[in-house]
Amino acid sequence: MFDFLQGYDLLGAFWVTVQLTVYSAIGSLVWGTLLAAMRVSPVPLMRGFGTAYVNIVRNIPLTVIIVFTSLGLFQTLGVTLGADRFTTINFRLAVLGLIAYTSAFVCEALRSGINTVPLGQVEAARAIGLNFPQVLRLIVLPQAFRSVVGPLANVLIALTKNTTVAATIGVAEAALLMREMIENEAQLLLISAIFAVGFLCLTLPTGLFLGWVAKKVAVKR
Amino acid sequence: MKDRPTVLYDVPGPRARRRNLLWTLLFLIGLAAVIWWVVASLAAKNQLEWSKWAPFFTDARVWETYILPALKNTVIAAALAMVIALPLGALLGILRLSDHRSVRAVAGTVVEFFRAIPVLILMLFANAAYSEFTEISPDTRPLYAVVTGLVLYNASVLAEVVRAGILALPTGQTDAAKAIGMRKGQTMTYVLLPQSVTAMLPALVSQLVVIVKDTALGGAMLGFSELLASVRPMSANYGANTIACFTVVAVIFVALNFALTTFASWLERRLRRGKKSTGAVVGVEAVEDLAVPGEHPETH
Repeated sequence: MFDFLQGYDLLGAFWVTVQLTVYSAIGSLVWGTLLAAMRVSPVPLMRGFGTAYVNIVRNIPLTVIIVFTSLGLFQTLGVTLGADRFTTINFRLAVLGLIAYTSAFVCEALRSGINTVPLGQVEAARAIGLNFPQVLRLIVLPQAFRSVVGPLANVLIALTKNTTVAATIGVAEAALLMREMIENEAQLLLISAIFAVGFLCLTLPTGLFLGWVAKKVAVKR
Repeated sequence: MKDRPTVLYDVPGPRARRRNLLWTLLFLIGLAAVIWWVVASLAAKNQLEWSKWAPFFTDARVWETYILPALKNTVIAAALAMVIALPLGALLGILRLSDHRSVRAVAGTVVEFFRAIPVLILMLFANAAYSEFTEISPDTRPLYAVVTGLVLYNASVLAEVVRAGILALPTGQTDAAKAIGMRKGQTMTYVLLPQSVTAMLPALVSQLVVIVKDTALGGAMLGFSELLASVRPMSANYGANTIACFTVVAVIFVALNFALTTFASWLERRLRRGKKSTGAVVGVEAVEDLAVPGEHPETH
């Protein structure tokens, strides 16, 4: 029944999906944290930039962003992100697009976490003479991160599903392989079931595990 | 924006104000450097020439031939998906609250399954299934496929929204219905559902944003002629103005979705303030959580 699978690199495709997820997750965690810090900072210009970035990027379809990285950045402007092979370029562009998009959601999740930190803690921190960066780094963000593990897990799972959009610029991940297999083989239901199960295996355990972590690390108040 | 004190920092004194000014300047310099770099690279590739942008302002044909029909398709697909997914989602959500364990299990499995799978996978499947098993013409097939994919995914998300909406209602509502002798079905149709619809309106509107955004997948992968798909023919016809086309399309998406987001938040604020409601509201933010498998709306 599964003879037709020979000649297709199923595991390889899902491995690309995982790689896209991991790189984009790390990148958007960093950029999203910076954005969140900007949004709560005392400097009005930074706040304005953070707000504008989040509101604009959240409302553009990810597909538009990813296709733009290929048609606009690479083909029109010649941005290659330091890669010389076509596949590597597309992979890096997809990661760039996913980071740009996902960090807006990471930023919003973190900001809601910052709001859960009790006033008294920040006041106490200011009273002993900590300045804004110190308050943020030592008092607020560590607690904020612990309280937003759940929401961040949601962002991560959404990101895992969103990596399929990279197929639009030809990154050889699961969705692209699925399209290719559907075109070549007469096993539509079986192929679809394989990919559905593949994504179930990626998203469900992540959700359950991180949900457990979220409960464990949550600050009990 | 005004310098207002929040929890995180004091009202700025003279030193803090100087420091903020310094940071503003540094940030401005950084931002200006990035903008200058972008503008310079755009200019180097001739993307800033007026002739590449002019059509959008001076030539009505760009709008008539490409943008407006494409926008119409985007809106049609999103509206269709919403209208079909909503009753389906309501049904699944209610079934998931059933007293019978088997009904709950089946509805739960369906919901969890479709939430765990990327929309693109569902669209690709729908597209192939329609071409293999039905007589739908290849011209309309992308629309069918896009709507089917969106419906399968969003019905399961909306099911959770509906469930959250019903669970958010005060228990007194059910008790009162029982007290006046209503059966379970009657309680649901006359008491719980009508109220939960108002409660979940903000979440529904913000889910519409997700649907609008996902229609772009159909343009990129299935040949559905929506906004994103209009970029290629447009830039081919108006002198390779790729950047200009993307900018216009992105601006339209942002305007459309921003209007929806703002409306949803306004609705949420209004409902939370309302004196006549039961106070149960499924907020705009809830949609993000409900779109994720394994996450359950809180029971209040």
